[in-house]
Amino acid sequence: MSLLTVENLTLQFDTDEGRITAVENVSFAINSGEVLGLVGESGSGKSVTAKSLMQLNPENSVYSPESNIQLELESGTVDVLSLKKSQEMVVVRGGAISMIFQEPMASFAPAITIGGQMVEQLLIHTSMSKKEAAALSVEMLERVGINEAAKRFNQYAFELSGGMRQRAMIAMALSTKPKLLIADEPTTALDVTIQLQVLDLMKDLVAEFGMAILFITHDLGVIAQVADRVAVMYLGGIVESGPVAEVLRSPSHPYTKGLINALPKIDALDEPLTPIPGDIPSPLERPPGCVFHTRCPEVIADRCNATVPTRTEVAKGHDASCFALEVKEKAA
Amino acid sequence: MTDKPLVQVENLNVEFALGRTWFGKPPILRAVNDVSLDIMPGQFFGLVGESGSGKTTLGRAILRAVPISSGKITFDDAEVCYDVGSLLKKDLKNYRKLAQLIFQDPYAALSPRMTVRDIIAEPLEVMGLTQTREETDERVRDIAAKCRLNLEHLRRFPHAFSGGQRQRISIARTLVCNPDFVVADESVAALDVSIQADILNLLQSLQDEMGLTFLFISHDLSVVAHICDHVAVMYLGSLVESAPTRKLFANPSHPYTKALLSAIPSLDPDDSGKAQKLEGEIPSPVNPPPGCKFHTRCPVAEDRCRTEVPEWRELSDGHSVACHFA
Repeated sequence: MSLLTVENLTLQFDTDEGRITAVENVSFAINSGEVLGLVGESGSGKSVTAKSLMQLNPENSVYSPESNIQLELESGTVDVLSLKKSQEMVVVRGGAISMIFQEPMASFAPAITIGGQMVEQLLIHTSMSKKEAAALSVEMLERVGINEAAKRFNQYAFELSGGMRQRAMIAMALSTKPKLLIADEPTTALDVTIQLQVLDLMKDLVAEFGMAILFITHDLGVIAQVADRVAVMYLGGIVESGPVAEVLRSPSHPYTKGLINALPKIDALDEPLTPIPGDIPSPLERPPGCVFHTRCPEVIADRCNATVPTRTEVAKGHDASCFALEVKEKAA
Repeated sequence: MTDKPLVQVENLNVEFALGRTWFGKPPILRAVNDVSLDIMPGQFFGLVGESGSGKTTLGRAILRAVPISSGKITFDDAEVCYDVGSLLKKDLKNYRKLAQLIFQDPYAALSPRMTVRDIIAEPLEVMGLTQTREETDERVRDIAAKCRLNLEHLRRFPHAFSGGQRQRISIARTLVCNPDFVVADESVAALDVSIQADILNLLQSLQDEMGLTFLFISHDLSVVAHICDHVAVMYLGSLVESAPTRKLFANPSHPYTKALLSAIPSLDPDDSGKAQKLEGEIPSPVNPPPGCKFHTRCPVAEDRCRTEVPEWRELSDGHSVACHFA
């Protein structure tokens, strides 16, 4: 049984301009000790998907009745979407699931010390005394490679550099020993040399604590370096998923192929950059059929714009949702 | 390409005084420290470095958007020759027409209250480059077509456009006054990869078409590798290495350049763990380390690096580096 199972997640937002579909029919599972990468461009619904796991989406969100998110804990199975009261949510929010965000400056309270914030959440989620919580927090800060942890513990977020803030964020997220860590673009705001340090740290921590990570990023290179499996999202749906090496070496969905071709590669300077034609459609004007058909180079007339493609297994554990694959399969 | 540089920067220093203190002098932040470089006409010159390395300040100093503390910037395009630091009134106005800037964030750079046509036309009106409305409209339509904007879109407001389209509008506004030299400061950093490739291709074709010279500032080495002819690497306000793109990527000589290159996450999962990791973070420019500024993070630093500033020397044609061991 997987730690987390998401089935047929469909999420819409009620807005003044009508009901917008942000996520449509998304299913995936994460096992303990596994890093699942979620890639996609802005507006593809990756963050919204992750936030649904803790019901952090705004009030105007509407989940379809078929949506199901299950979390397998020692105390039993939790049906996340059925939780209503915020007291019930404590089991999930910050308890079984922790989250680290893209902009660590915006996620720390500016007027409370780093240590104060770390202790606060430990008091809520564990039965520790204040003293024990403080000791554990300093230990965690040391663990993530922050020098003079005891001094940093009493400092405010603005006194730390960007890389250090992100480390403190990770230390804080891990101190409650979550089963699942959601990392939403954790290295996007960092310089490459610091990004490398943080990614290495996260890999070490997965090995040490044995938790699962849902790693959200737009950078395929980062995914290649940290994830075990990857799911590619476009306009609210998963178009392809599978083991990282497989998906990156032999991408099956035209969108995944397009993303890889558009990436400037340092070892192939002579190859021209091939952008994906057109722009990502507005969620208000979601194309019918396959959502990618408006930009797809392999589009099949009268088919892709009418019916939604289903998942086709390309190899073991590697699926893609595309009609062109079915055609190839029949031909083979 | 002639052998006379379009922009020549000699021993440039840009310093900012930080606040005031009751006693003594305020601390000085040296954003750009003794930088010299030549940008040839028609070149796509790349400037890379981490945040805080001074690349943006250098770009702005060349455009006279920040005051120069010492050193000299010469702009020479065969018709006019300017000493950028001492330009006044009329000449400065003319220089603003010749040297332009493309911003990073296309969401913040465009006024939400103006139509696309007005946004693109504004530089022409401000600089008084056109006499009649018909003439302005024609210039706007002309540059919009070059930037692959749909002419239908000129009547709309920026909110109707996606990031890629906005950046095209922003580029059209920059190029409408027909500049010689353009500073593109992180112009693709805020864009998704599929759109980033499109904008890079557009910049390249515009360069060919309009004979532009670019100073392309970026933190992304793989982008720079693809689009630039020549790359200079900055660290803490100083140049550490400068070379034609191929040479730099085939044979990086400064340990910082090597580390930057290997820190780019590879698309091949098997490469994991091969990257050369740098310890620590970029020190504060208010209090830079003595000797070679990189010695605090350098994997090959020796005693000499802690005291002696490495000399800027040429390794081979066009490839220069500041390191004792290169």
